[in-house]
Amino acid sequence: MAALTPISRKPLSVVLPTVAIAGGFLGMFVGAGQDNVLLGIVIGAALMAGLAWLYINVLDNERVARWITILGLAAIGFFFAGITGLIVGLLAGWFFAFFIFWLYEGRYRQKLLPYMTAGQVLWHYTFRVICGAIFVFLITPILVVLPLSFNAQDFFTFTPEMLRLDPEGYSLKHYRDFFTNNEWQRSFKNSLIIAPIATVISVTLGTLAAIGLSQSHVPGRRAIMGILISPMIVPLIISATGMFFFYSDIGRFLEGTLGMNKNFVGYVKVVLAHAVLGIPFVIITVTATLVGFDQSLTRAAANMGAGPVRTFFKIQMPLILPGVISGGLFAFITSFDEVVVVLFVGSASQKTLPWQMFTGLREQISPTILAVATILVVISIALLTTVELLRRRSERLRGLTPA
Amino acid sequence: MTDATQSGPMLAADGTPLKKSLARSLRRRKLRALALIAPLLLFVLLSFVIPIVSMLFRSVENGIVSQTLPLTVVELQNWDAESGELPDEALYAAFAKDMVAAIDAKEHTKLGSRLNYEQTGMSSMFRQSGRKIKRLDPEADAPFKEKLIEIHDGWGDVNIWRVIKTHAVPITNGYFLNAVDMQRTPEGAQAQPEDKRILIKLFGRTLFMSLIITGSCILLAYPISYLLANLPMRVSNMLMILVLLPFWTSLLVRTSAWKVMLQQQGVINETLVWLGFVADDARLVIINNQFGTIIAMTHILLPFMILPMYSVMQTIPPTYTRAAKSMGATNWTTFWRIYFPQSIPGIGAGSILVFILAIGYYITPEIVGGTKGVFISNRIAYHISSSLNWGLAAALGTILLAVVLLLYWCYDKIVGIDNVKLG
Repeated sequence: MAALTPISRKPLSVVLPTVAIAGGFLGMFVGAGQDNVLLGIVIGAALMAGLAWLYINVLDNERVARWITILGLAAIGFFFAGITGLIVGLLAGWFFAFFIFWLYEGRYRQKLLPYMTAGQVLWHYTFRVICGAIFVFLITPILVVLPLSFNAQDFFTFTPEMLRLDPEGYSLKHYRDFFTNNEWQRSFKNSLIIAPIATVISVTLGTLAAIGLSQSHVPGRRAIMGILISPMIVPLIISATGMFFFYSDIGRFLEGTLGMNKNFVGYVKVVLAHAVLGIPFVIITVTATLVGFDQSLTRAAANMGAGPVRTFFKIQMPLILPGVISGGLFAFITSFDEVVVVLFVGSASQKTLPWQMFTGLREQISPTILAVATILVVISIALLTTVELLRRRSERLRGLTPA
Repeated sequence: MTDATQSGPMLAADGTPLKKSLARSLRRRKLRALALIAPLLLFVLLSFVIPIVSMLFRSVENGIVSQTLPLTVVELQNWDAESGELPDEALYAAFAKDMVAAIDAKEHTKLGSRLNYEQTGMSSMFRQSGRKIKRLDPEADAPFKEKLIEIHDGWGDVNIWRVIKTHAVPITNGYFLNAVDMQRTPEGAQAQPEDKRILIKLFGRTLFMSLIITGSCILLAYPISYLLANLPMRVSNMLMILVLLPFWTSLLVRTSAWKVMLQQQGVINETLVWLGFVADDARLVIINNQFGTIIAMTHILLPFMILPMYSVMQTIPPTYTRAAKSMGATNWTTFWRIYFPQSIPGIGAGSILVFILAIGYYITPEIVGGTKGVFISNRIAYHISSSLNWGLAAALGTILLAVVLLLYWCYDKIVGIDNVKLG
């Protein structure tokens, strides 16, 4: 429907100034590279406005104009800044070739409602730009870390070699450091021991409790729910303080009275503490899955002679499995990412990866942190994908329309 | 039907009255549900709720003075702290006896550091005189008054005895008074000296910065959620990844990313210098201060605002705004009178969640906050791990917890904890 909006060509008095502003913006960056911002703005604005005028009045062939812009700007970019400039030039050329004709032909109205006023159209696109800026704010810090982790220098910033895309400027040495340094390896191993065990505990107990909570007629349901969710709400520093006193007493008891190994007791303490922190996430996701669970299925199973245990494993479990797994992933990431509690409850031999990163950030800043950060980002992308796939599967299983 | 009512109560298959049989099966179901919940509930109660409650108890517990100096505390009851005169010989004798016992058990330095929170210098006084008092004999060496004053001038100071008497109670409000920049004195609660009043300011700063963070989260999350809720599902799911990726990324990764961005030699400063907006020798100071904390925490907490807002905005029917427009409302009126009021529940839910999370934050302020941008949590951590003033840490924690629980209660009333959604 919206595509039927008639479009018409716009006068040059609208197109040229707009293109000039955009050109000036690009010129500013080129100018900054040559130490003369003002001149860059003027030249950029003039060049782009000139090109637009030329395309519209003289050339009048969009395909040719597009190639001229892309190749021309790429050549200029290569002349000023080598390979990096070439890439920037290609992107800028593609944008301007699109932008000039988008404005001139009035294509920007094509997908909008026909009765919108000029002000409304302007606001529509301004709003998109604002949202784009917020998305950039959200994602930039994470994207900046990735290339910096390949830095050949021990700096936390982009070196000129890196900006020139010179292979000399990049290296894997921070990754090598991560995989060979004992401190990092030990903390990584600790994280891989603690997080899965804590996850298993919170998923087992959490799923059982969520099934109990989802049944009708549970007395004090609200209060129980409040208590079970509270580890997520209470500030971590307070939980950590409370657990610090509690677990040092428990630890003394286990080591002194029962004569257990000190190292083992340390792990037990951290695992139990992390299990508590993961529970709210399991409860929330599993209860959410159980809301759509058809109770008549269990009744049908019971009707056909299955005991409660068999019903649970054959009927209920497969259906709520996606919720359980994504709850488990939340619990895993909570434990895997947790610093405060392990800092208070654990001792040096239970040092986890986040703890090592935290001390690294506070004391001596080593770029190995950025390599670790990149690895963690890759892990979180994998987890995010899994959760998303599971959510869709769960919705399909429950017969909802997949989003 | 009529037959059954006439011949008494309705019976189940096994002959018991149906009502009774139903009640029994209901009770059994309740018990089964509770049995499923019980292990987890016990686990959480034991390893989470009880530790926190017992930590809270530490904020008023003060047994150390009366346990270490039991006889002295009894004698102190008879001494009039207002008289301005030193206590009599009986008290000094009791004190010497207590101290000798305490030194044997190596308890006197602990008492010294406890009293040092109230009166600077008492820790070293206990340590120094401890070495000499050890040699006294509680029976033979009487009288003690002169001897003790000779060992350390402090024992001849009325003020010292007044401090000991003030803090001899087993349950004290002293830590709470300290937590709000007051102190317990013989004359009752009084304000701390001007230069020691930092905690009220810190509480104020924590609240103020959390409010700013919540506010900027609302400002940034609103347009995004609106866009996501109004785009076609396929596009908005793609864009949602940009929101969820930071949400799933490790907190420390994001914090270190902000450290990289905000440093003096960081990405933002380098870009600004390169563009010529900022002179090379006048780089912006945007880390290790309040600005650094606010910007990094806004970024970290933004997904917690977007997700609830988005789920509320998704349910607002677009027909309402169209109806308003068809009746002649301008864009602004449509938004302000029709759309915005319906989105308020989302704003409320997100704001409380972000505020609760912000007020107790520790890691990010610690790394990017410097000294000016830290929160009350950092002070609590300092008292737990560095100054070892656990009572004060517990009192600060109790106040913080009270604020958070109040907000949690509001959240439960407004949104309901069952409705919390993740991802």
